[in-house]
Amino acid sequence: MEWRDYTARIEQLARESGLRFHPVEFEAVPDSFMMELAVYGLPVRMPHWSFGVRYIYQLIQRHMGHSRLFEVVFPGNPGHAYLAAGNGLAENVLVTAHVLGHADFSRNNLLFQRCQGQVSERIVEHAAQHARQIQQAIDTHGLERVEVVLDAALALEQHIDIDQSVRRPQYPQYTEPPKTLADDAFRRRFAALESASARVGTPDRRRAPVPPHPERDLLWFVAQYAPALESWERDIFLAVREESFYFYPVFATQIMNEGWASYWHARLLREAEFIPQQAYLDAIKCHSDVVRPVAADQQVALGLNPYHLGFAIWEHIVAAEGLAAAFAIRAEDDDFGFIRNHLTRELAAELGLFRYRARDGRIRVLEEDVNGLREAILAPKYNFGAPTVLVEKVQVDGTLELSHDHAADGRGLDLERGRKVLEYLYRIWRRPVRLHTIDAEGRALEIAAP
Amino acid sequence: MGGDSGSQTPTDGAKWYELFSRGARDWLRHDEKVREAVRRHLPQAVAGGELISGGARTVRVPVRMFEHYRFRLRSAEERQGVGQGEAKPGDVFEDPGRTRSAGGKGPGGVGEGEVQLLLEFKIDDIVEWLWEEMRLPNLTPRSGPSQEQEWTRQGWDRRGARSRLDRRRSFKELVKRRGTPGAVPTFTDEDLRFRQLALRRRPAVRAVVFFLLDVSGSMSERDRQLAKSFFFWAAQGLRREYRTLETVFVAHTTQAWEFTEAEFFQVSGTGGTVASSGLRKVSEILHERFDAQSFNVYLFYASDGDNAVADTEQARAALAALAGGACFCGYVEVAAGLSRHLDTETGRLFADLSTAGANVGSCGLADFDDVWSAIRQFFTAQDPARAAGG
Repeated sequence: MEWRDYTARIEQLARESGLRFHPVEFEAVPDSFMMELAVYGLPVRMPHWSFGVRYIYQLIQRHMGHSRLFEVVFPGNPGHAYLAAGNGLAENVLVTAHVLGHADFSRNNLLFQRCQGQVSERIVEHAAQHARQIQQAIDTHGLERVEVVLDAALALEQHIDIDQSVRRPQYPQYTEPPKTLADDAFRRRFAALESASARVGTPDRRRAPVPPHPERDLLWFVAQYAPALESWERDIFLAVREESFYFYPVFATQIMNEGWASYWHARLLREAEFIPQQAYLDAIKCHSDVVRPVAADQQVALGLNPYHLGFAIWEHIVAAEGLAAAFAIRAEDDDFGFIRNHLTRELAAELGLFRYRARDGRIRVLEEDVNGLREAILAPKYNFGAPTVLVEKVQVDGTLELSHDHAADGRGLDLERGRKVLEYLYRIWRRPVRLHTIDAEGRALEIAAP
Repeated sequence: MGGDSGSQTPTDGAKWYELFSRGARDWLRHDEKVREAVRRHLPQAVAGGELISGGARTVRVPVRMFEHYRFRLRSAEERQGVGQGEAKPGDVFEDPGRTRSAGGKGPGGVGEGEVQLLLEFKIDDIVEWLWEEMRLPNLTPRSGPSQEQEWTRQGWDRRGARSRLDRRRSFKELVKRRGTPGAVPTFTDEDLRFRQLALRRRPAVRAVVFFLLDVSGSMSERDRQLAKSFFFWAAQGLRREYRTLETVFVAHTTQAWEFTEAEFFQVSGTGGTVASSGLRKVSEILHERFDAQSFNVYLFYASDGDNAVADTEQARAALAALAGGACFCGYVEVAAGLSRHLDTETGRLFADLSTAGANVGSCGLADFDDVWSAIRQFFTAQDPARAAGG
């Protein structure tokens, strides 16, 4: 039997269990392509040298036997699931069930829905279109010029405002006119006064400053307001931004999403009586490898396995609150809500989760504190995992002023990297670029390019 | 960017992803960028001692992988994390993450250890990049026997020595003649073509370049390294340009010795500096082995400039004698880390000669970056006045 023979039956079982998903196209692909999927995040994506760097790290990792990918799935209608050609039958049965869990999640989770509503349900095709568009730009304008744009755009990849639309319009050009005042006897008498009447009738239309408020959507801001951006350059910025809108929900629901898929592959496998005994046992073995919290030869792990954590929380939710509640949570939450609401003190203790502080090469396990634990899990997830950098102002001479919200982030920016990013940005903004942050002692500091 | 890009569906029957590797493509682009960057700092990057030891025709340059920079928070002295396993509050253990990133500086990235690349460059390629339009200054064709004769291939003939039979050419003739396909072709004498040789004469560029190095005690290891890398690149480049170039390597302290090229780049010494000894050795060799009439003579002298005061007059005389017959004398003053503007004993010797109108020039070398500008100064300046200006 081949794994494909089971696909339809697993899909049917999943539907009977209450999963709702768009059709998924399964494809077995060679390992080399699986690796590229992991590096690029999309089957076809724009070329850029930084992906080459990641590719080499991935190659090294693989040679050291650190990582093995079973599947990569892309949400959409239809969804695309790529399975490693090297998977065995049992692995593929497991992976099929796992993929359906993801497909259900990405169809029903509100954050996914919102972002897919923005980007469309065909991100794979869109990204391929972007790649082609950028290849055309390379053919027309030369690799070097396109690279300048991509260096800047991809460096700002995480700096988007997810609450805005993908096709976000420019700021209103004028400030709102002041409210019309109540028309009462006093106002009429006041208006009748000679000196006051001069002001009446001149509508108070004032040009709004750009930006009217600190702006965190750097990709959008540069695309819309850079003083000397060419239209093909703007298109590249917007293409990168659109892909970021696709990546955000994947990033912000990773624990839930992987946990959900793991929960469902375990459950579907348990219920699938049509799977031969041996394949089932192999698959369960594979499952326990995937959701293992701590490497086999170790006592303690200094990181979390999102598969394991998510899986454990989901099991707990289903046991305590029932399947219907679980479906509601998968629709409504992202990792922030999921961890804060559903990682209880008891569960954390049961899983052996702990917080630690690393300093001077020593790691010290901290007091038990479930709130602190939750925040420590979530800390790397804020703001798409990037420091909060805002556009403050565009000077009359076009100088772009950025500020880093160091109060929110707790410390200043890495200056060397910050300068390099400003250099990328300067080559696109084409006017000076400045950024305010703080140094190690907490003093205000400005970095600039050029 | 319409949604109807269905024609692009990546799941078309043909396995498009097997056609090429995007990862490898972008990696090659990264490689290219690294090479470009290395190229820009080449004299510095390849001035290392092991390179100059000669022998291998390639250089290995260790480089760091490029980082695509993003905004990142400065690394804190302290970080918090979440772990899982059997650990109680208050437990303390070693931080394995720290030992891994200890090699590099700064935060080691998202679990990415430091990876170093070793790029291999061919010395010929490097010289090619560096040596765009280098010329020996004041080069003149010397008359007399100094003519180069060379047999070069020139056309074909139907008669010739057996050894010069051009089989490919002959076969072509056969094919042309055969006309009717299918018939078994046989060679006739008509088909045979023989390569013709012609004797070409051209005015020979006969030049001898003396590399004179001060290896006295006052030259630090780094000074010597600087001087040698200058000589190395100068010799490499000149040799590429002039096939029949003669080179002579001389080192001196209070005495002077001639070395082979390989030994020269290894040489180090102690003791005082007597420039005239080196200069005298050069003119000795010059008179012994080279006919000053038929050779263009060049001298490049590297020193830290601290010549013994008692030697000043002798050195001046020896230099003046050499400079009189030479096409160009270059002086490279090595002073690692500081720039003394050639205001030294030896520096003044050359400056005086230059004002007297001789073909001499000088240049200061404070850093490996200067090696290239020194080479450029000496070998692009056709006009001696300009060369002396530095």
